[in-house]
Amino acid sequence: MKKGYFGSFGGMFVPELLVPPLAELEEAVNRIMPEKSFQQDIARIYKDFVGRPTPVYYCGNFSSELGFDLFLKREDLAHTGAHKINNTVGQALLARHMGKTCLLAETGAGQHGVATATAAAMLGLECMIFMGALDVERQSINVQRMELLGARVEPVQSGTRTLKDAINEALRYWIAHQQDTHYCLGSAVGPHPFPLLVRELQSVIGREAREQLLERTGKLPDKVVACVGGGSNAIGIFHPFVNDLEVQLVGIEAGGSGRTGDNHSATLAKGSPGVLHGTHSFLLQTPEGQVLPSHSIAPGLDYPGVGPEHSYLKDSGRARYEVVHDHEALEAFRLLSGKEGIIPALESSHALAWVISSTRNIEPGSQVLVNLSGRGDKDLNIFRKAEQDTEN
Amino acid sequence: MDNENILTGKIHQALNNGRKALIPFVPAGFPSKKRFWDVVLELDDAGADIIEIGVPFSDPVADGPVVEKASLRALEQGVNLEWIIEGLAENSPGMRAGIVLMGYFNPFLQFGLQDLAQKARKAGANGLIIPDLILEEVLPYIDMFKEHDLAYIPLVGLNTPPERLKNYAGLDPAFAYLVSVMGITGTRAGADKLLRDKLTQAREAFNCPVALGFGLSTKDQLEPIRDLVDAVVFGSALISHLDEGKSAGDFLRSWR
Repeated sequence: MKKGYFGSFGGMFVPELLVPPLAELEEAVNRIMPEKSFQQDIARIYKDFVGRPTPVYYCGNFSSELGFDLFLKREDLAHTGAHKINNTVGQALLARHMGKTCLLAETGAGQHGVATATAAAMLGLECMIFMGALDVERQSINVQRMELLGARVEPVQSGTRTLKDAINEALRYWIAHQQDTHYCLGSAVGPHPFPLLVRELQSVIGREAREQLLERTGKLPDKVVACVGGGSNAIGIFHPFVNDLEVQLVGIEAGGSGRTGDNHSATLAKGSPGVLHGTHSFLLQTPEGQVLPSHSIAPGLDYPGVGPEHSYLKDSGRARYEVVHDHEALEAFRLLSGKEGIIPALESSHALAWVISSTRNIEPGSQVLVNLSGRGDKDLNIFRKAEQDTEN
Repeated sequence: MDNENILTGKIHQALNNGRKALIPFVPAGFPSKKRFWDVVLELDDAGADIIEIGVPFSDPVADGPVVEKASLRALEQGVNLEWIIEGLAENSPGMRAGIVLMGYFNPFLQFGLQDLAQKARKAGANGLIIPDLILEEVLPYIDMFKEHDLAYIPLVGLNTPPERLKNYAGLDPAFAYLVSVMGITGTRAGADKLLRDKLTQAREAFNCPVALGFGLSTKDQLEPIRDLVDAVVFGSALISHLDEGKSAGDFLRSWR
């Protein structure tokens, strides 16, 4: 395959001014990351700071109703409450090895921003976060968390004033500050080498889960299910299973309200190949190539693009991608909380919702592994508001 | 040279007349859909050597706030490649300046690159600048552009290493475009030693003329590097000028 490509997807569609820092990063990924000392450091940070390995939990109550065995990979128990931290501590460590003094990141709802600010604080790096002005208003608690952790949060006023514009602004900032700044991109998207780097760091999820399930049940899962926005938690749990061809990989995208004409985030299901933020991948766009606004009730899935490796997995047929709507995700959110005592993130609730609604397609007695990518405490306001809206 | 590229020729012509070639950039549909082609004709009249027409994109990451705003405004008015090509076909026959379309890759990709090359050339465009289509990614298309006699103009920066400048030179471009500030368009103009060194490297690497752009707002900024530059590109400064309701011709004449 061509360098930086997954089939015909991926690549490096960036202004020439970003080529040198991306080349520097690629060199660091190839040279520094495989070193024993880096691997030891990251293993120690994963264990002592992040709280890895995260457990795999067997949902006893739920499984008996569903008729198959449901296992959750508990990324909600990782430090800061989601899988995002796996990526940020890894990139922060790499940045320090590269001699960078500042971590730069974009954030949508604030989860990746908080995880970046956390990693920066732990490793003594400065931190600069770009966040859409609309998101700053909607997620004030996360802004406060980031600031408490020492980050500077810069509201972005351009375009749709959300995640996509925060990425634009972070790329611009990186062009001007590449000498001392590392751009800690939050998902397996963007130009090469980011999709590879983020996958590499998030694959700890799948490696652990594969081992934990084998140890516990003596066999591999029949299905691995994860939600897909940019797709970092999904690629993290999928990747170590890609060569286990008997394991079905299912990615779940956010379909929004499901009403015709409403915005959604089902990029792979309803988009077409195009170029955004440095990568050739599926994209929500007009026939003329202008990027469309996305929407999901789960802030972390609200992105009009998707990581190029997911486009490749879809195209090659190795993974399948399905769509779940807001109300189904909300129902899964409620069900898991009540039945298992675990409040899932609304993002992860999309993956759960598909499993719950697919009981007829899942053979009795089979094993299903869902990546519970984050905790849902952050989503209580959204949940409550949605409940009120339905009552009215 | 007999088969000199038309854009290269325009720059040489200016140099032969003892001046730098002037390359204004205007986002298509600016200041309004109605006024746009008048602005282009005015620039042509006032002696622009090459005119860059910006193709709007929803997410222009290599541009500053001035160009981004103009770009989004154009999109709201329904400006697209079809409109640009149609208008170009109508207006280009009487024009003296060379025409370059400048825009991000995705709108071109969705239009179809072969189709674009054919239609844009036929309408009177002479070249393309695509800020996010770097050396490695343009290679699949470079022969096709050549076949259609459409020049691909590379953008290089102050941080582009000499070997990479040479790789770009290997594409045999009509001219090379050096971005003068280590930032985005329209901020922090500067003409320090770094710029002199990079211009010197670029002149060594490229056989074609070298244009300097991004962040030029006054003629004085050009003084320290005059000897190293063949052409100058204006973007944000011209847009701001037009935004104040002033005439495009006056802007250009102040640079002649």
